[in-house]
Amino acid sequence: MKYTEEHEWLRVEDDLVVVGITEYAAEQLGDVVFIELPEEGSEVAKDDEVVVIESVKAASDILAPLDGEIVEVNEALADEPGRVNEDATGAAWMFKMKIEDLSALDELMDEDAYKAHIG
Amino acid sequence: MPFTPTSYEPYDFANRRHIGPSPEEMAEMFEAVGVNDLDALIAQTVPESIRQAEPLDYGPPKSERELIWYIRQIAKQNKAFTTMIGQGYHGTVTPPAIQRNILENPAWYTAYTPYQPEISQGRLEALLNFQTMVCDLTGLEIANASLLDEATAAAEAMTMAQRVAKSKAKAFFVDENCHPQNIAVMKTRAAPLGIEVIVGAPEDLDPSAVYGAIFQYPGTNGHIRDFTDQMAALHENKGIGVVIADPMALCLLKEPGAMGADIAVGNTQRFGVPMGAGGPHAAYMACRDTYKRAMPGRIVGVSVDARGNKAYRLALQTREQHIRREKATSNVCTAQALLAVMAGFYAVFHGPKGLKAIAQRIHNKTVRMVKGLQEAGFAVEPDAYFDTVTVDVGPMQGVIFQAAADRRINLRKVGATKLGISLDETTRSEAIEKLWATFGITRTDNPSERDYSVPEGLHRRSDYLTHPVFHMNRAETEMMRYMRRLADRDLALDRAMIPLGSCTMKLNAAVEMAPLTWPEFSNIHPYAPADQTKGYSQMVAHLSEILCQTTGYDAMSMQPNSGAQGDYAGLLTIQAYHRANGDAHRDVCLIPVSAHGTNPASAQMCGMKVVVVKSAENGDIDLEDFRAKAEAAGDNLAACMITYPSTHGVFEETVREVCDITHQFGGQVYLDGANLNALVGLAKPGEIGSDVSHLNLHKTFAIPHGGGGPGMGPIGVKAHLAPFLPGDPLGTDGAGPVSAAPNGSASILLISYAYCLAMGGAGMTQATKVAILNANYLASSLQGAYDVLFKGKGGRVAHECILDTRPFAESAGITVDDIAKRLTDTGFHAPTMSWPVAGTLMVEPTESETKAELDRFCDAMLAIREEIAAIEKGDMPADNNPLKNAPHTVNDLVAEWDRPYSREQGCFPPGSFRVDKYWPPVGRVDNAYGDRNLVCICPPLEDYAEAAE
Repeated sequence: MKYTEEHEWLRVEDDLVVVGITEYAAEQLGDVVFIELPEEGSEVAKDDEVVVIESVKAASDILAPLDGEIVEVNEALADEPGRVNEDATGAAWMFKMKIEDLSALDELMDEDAYKAHIG
Repeated sequence: MPFTPTSYEPYDFANRRHIGPSPEEMAEMFEAVGVNDLDALIAQTVPESIRQAEPLDYGPPKSERELIWYIRQIAKQNKAFTTMIGQGYHGTVTPPAIQRNILENPAWYTAYTPYQPEISQGRLEALLNFQTMVCDLTGLEIANASLLDEATAAAEAMTMAQRVAKSKAKAFFVDENCHPQNIAVMKTRAAPLGIEVIVGAPEDLDPSAVYGAIFQYPGTNGHIRDFTDQMAALHENKGIGVVIADPMALCLLKEPGAMGADIAVGNTQRFGVPMGAGGPHAAYMACRDTYKRAMPGRIVGVSVDARGNKAYRLALQTREQHIRREKATSNVCTAQALLAVMAGFYAVFHGPKGLKAIAQRIHNKTVRMVKGLQEAGFAVEPDAYFDTVTVDVGPMQGVIFQAAADRRINLRKVGATKLGISLDETTRSEAIEKLWATFGITRTDNPSERDYSVPEGLHRRSDYLTHPVFHMNRAETEMMRYMRRLADRDLALDRAMIPLGSCTMKLNAAVEMAPLTWPEFSNIHPYAPADQTKGYSQMVAHLSEILCQTTGYDAMSMQPNSGAQGDYAGLLTIQAYHRANGDAHRDVCLIPVSAHGTNPASAQMCGMKVVVVKSAENGDIDLEDFRAKAEAAGDNLAACMITYPSTHGVFEETVREVCDITHQFGGQVYLDGANLNALVGLAKPGEIGSDVSHLNLHKTFAIPHGGGGPGMGPIGVKAHLAPFLPGDPLGTDGAGPVSAAPNGSASILLISYAYCLAMGGAGMTQATKVAILNANYLASSLQGAYDVLFKGKGGRVAHECILDTRPFAESAGITVDDIAKRLTDTGFHAPTMSWPVAGTLMVEPTESETKAELDRFCDAMLAIREEIAAIEKGDMPADNNPLKNAPHTVNDLVAEWDRPYSREQGCFPPGSFRVDKYWPPVGRVDNAYGDRNLVCICPPLEDYAEAAE
């Protein structure tokens, strides 16, 4: 699993990059009440705002961690946004991306680096 | 030298009425704080370098009796003629029961915004009634709890449409039949965002060229049109359709929802809220369910409390309270709660049958009036109308206009040859006959003639106001008790201190409120001829002069209807100044990270680039970072936005340097006046180096918060910016307006004016000093139990202080929420939570609270600290204790008691009253449930029955 400074996790499944937010981020947000997902098939550039996530405490954007195409989104989150609080790194994945070169992930933090990042 | 009151006369308003602590109490407070007198405290608190040289003095203060007499003389200079101007403002009958029980009732007008739902159930229900009314009348699914005025609501709809439209077009179509002030404000708002506004006739709409379109219904000259085709054409092109609709007309006419509109906005003024020369009134916005998350403003929703009972709360709060700063799409923060409550009650009071009858009568009167004109040979337009028409009188326009004025009737000049006539609920047969007489027609009005002039296709087919609340027994006994029951559920200033940091919940004295409902002020149209509004002009001019003297500015604009609007207007003024100097490229705005979210949101709306400046360890602006970022912006620096004293409640020593650096790079300083209550009489923003500020008249200058609005945020500027202030909404050149009326919500300026006159310069200065004393007294009394974050060089806080409650999360699992809810049990409104520092409480007592009330608050806070200590020590379980279970309701008291503390401790903690105990009507409200299951209209009655079981 890889991590960004924006508290997203990424993991590779069938040559696609699956993206969600970390447990730390979910805890900071508190009860998540709404998630707006991107359209499947949309091309995104790194740092584009792709997901809007609203909790009882804050409204935040999730940025695209890399350039690529959104190929699948987790529709179930639209009905049950609370899943993010229950299983941030599993059932609450947000979208799957197709990217040109998977080695781009090497630039990102590993678990130890992320742990150090959140202190 | 001991404290010497400015005066201790029996009629001394400042010291006897407005300022809370008595001289004896103050002497005790000096001892607690550790100073000899008030001036010694001020010397330790306010940096010498910013103090003003001369005392504030604009004439001797007036006693309450003198004040009433004086304002009566001003009132006499206004002439409340019969208004037939229309243009979005109409005569209305405020039911006396609503005027007395709500508008003039401090239980309603002194409440704060309902952020703490457990102590706000009454007005939340009243606002939900308003939302239900708006949804029903417009035929749309979701409505917010009001916006500032119709023109800004239209502008918000324009930007909201852009957010939700799938169309990528950059232009927005505006129906030329919109009221001119609506078009003007939309143009102001569109320009910095790069939206091209195309004004034209509805039939000329090219739906492929725009992302959305807005139409007025009825049009400003009376046309009623069915926009179904336009809506369909817009949708085919992935665009959004908006209708500005008069809610009274909607009682008879086909509703926007039935035409296919996506968004509807409008003004509910004629639902029982006086015109007041421009406001305040509650504008509304409703939309299709799909777009609810893009809707600006507050929305009341239904959730459940800890026992699963129905409870109301503000839904989707995060969008508003935690405004997305530089990513914001709207800076709407304030609503018009008090006026929305009035309009909602007007609907409850009349019910659907009553409203329909009122609308029918208005229409019938108009038909009769038109018939009289037509039979005398006058050309009346349009053929289909509701309450407004125009008459072509050729070269006679001026003569007839004056003839009407001579009969105390105001008409509207339309173009060079026409006169607009608009009738309303208050129009009597005599007025119609007088109107005919001005056209040379002798005719008797026959009220039994009940003709219609609405085309078949525009008749309303659907029901509205079907909820039982709009069908209750309307005997005044019932109505009065319903209003009383709702008021009793809420905690307002008439019961206890509301120590909200940054909100300045000071006294709103009865004498300041009294003139508001005098007809000479309330029954004035904002566009009435100037010779009828001399009283208003005099008042506005004198108030401007006093405020300029107070703040060190040279000119004022009274237009902005809220603090956030003031931010926006101030930045627009700065932009216009830069443009005039050939510096249109200046677009960088420096904003400290500690700023209120409306600052970056407003900068965003002006198309500026927000650059965030760091805070130093002590909460001050990081001066090095500020200098570096100003230097980096260089020739592109447009402005900085600072708050003084800071949002952390500290008088920063470096404020002059911040201003100097900004000016050095050619930028302008915007000083947010949110904390002006700590400056009045001691220092002037205009002398510290600021160029423009907004003044929250609803904080520092005694306008009540109204349970979430009205507010007023006029801006003061230095002379070089004066030519660039917001322009007349009907003017053709100069800067654009930000509000629908030239002086914003003009009628409530009277409150601030009365406050200034009753206090006098010395009284206002004394108030500032006592506000600082009260805050420091609280800080001293609570120090030890709670850490006080951020202090100035002299170890003092300004007019507010931040209590650090973060450590208790670790030590006892207690959050700032738990403490806030526990305060409810003591009968206090919680301080500001988690702002500007997450997890902390910010307390601002204001000068109006007595020592006894401050002591009661300290008792409550100290007892809470002991309860936390019991959890820390393990004497009380972390998941079942008085804090986690707070607030305690009567239901809790009488239900089975399975808690490790007594009923006594749970329900009557120190600080609470035994006899006058405040019982919250619901337990802790579940926020997440409400946002995940959004319901924003009155729930069906069976739900109440279920909840009761």
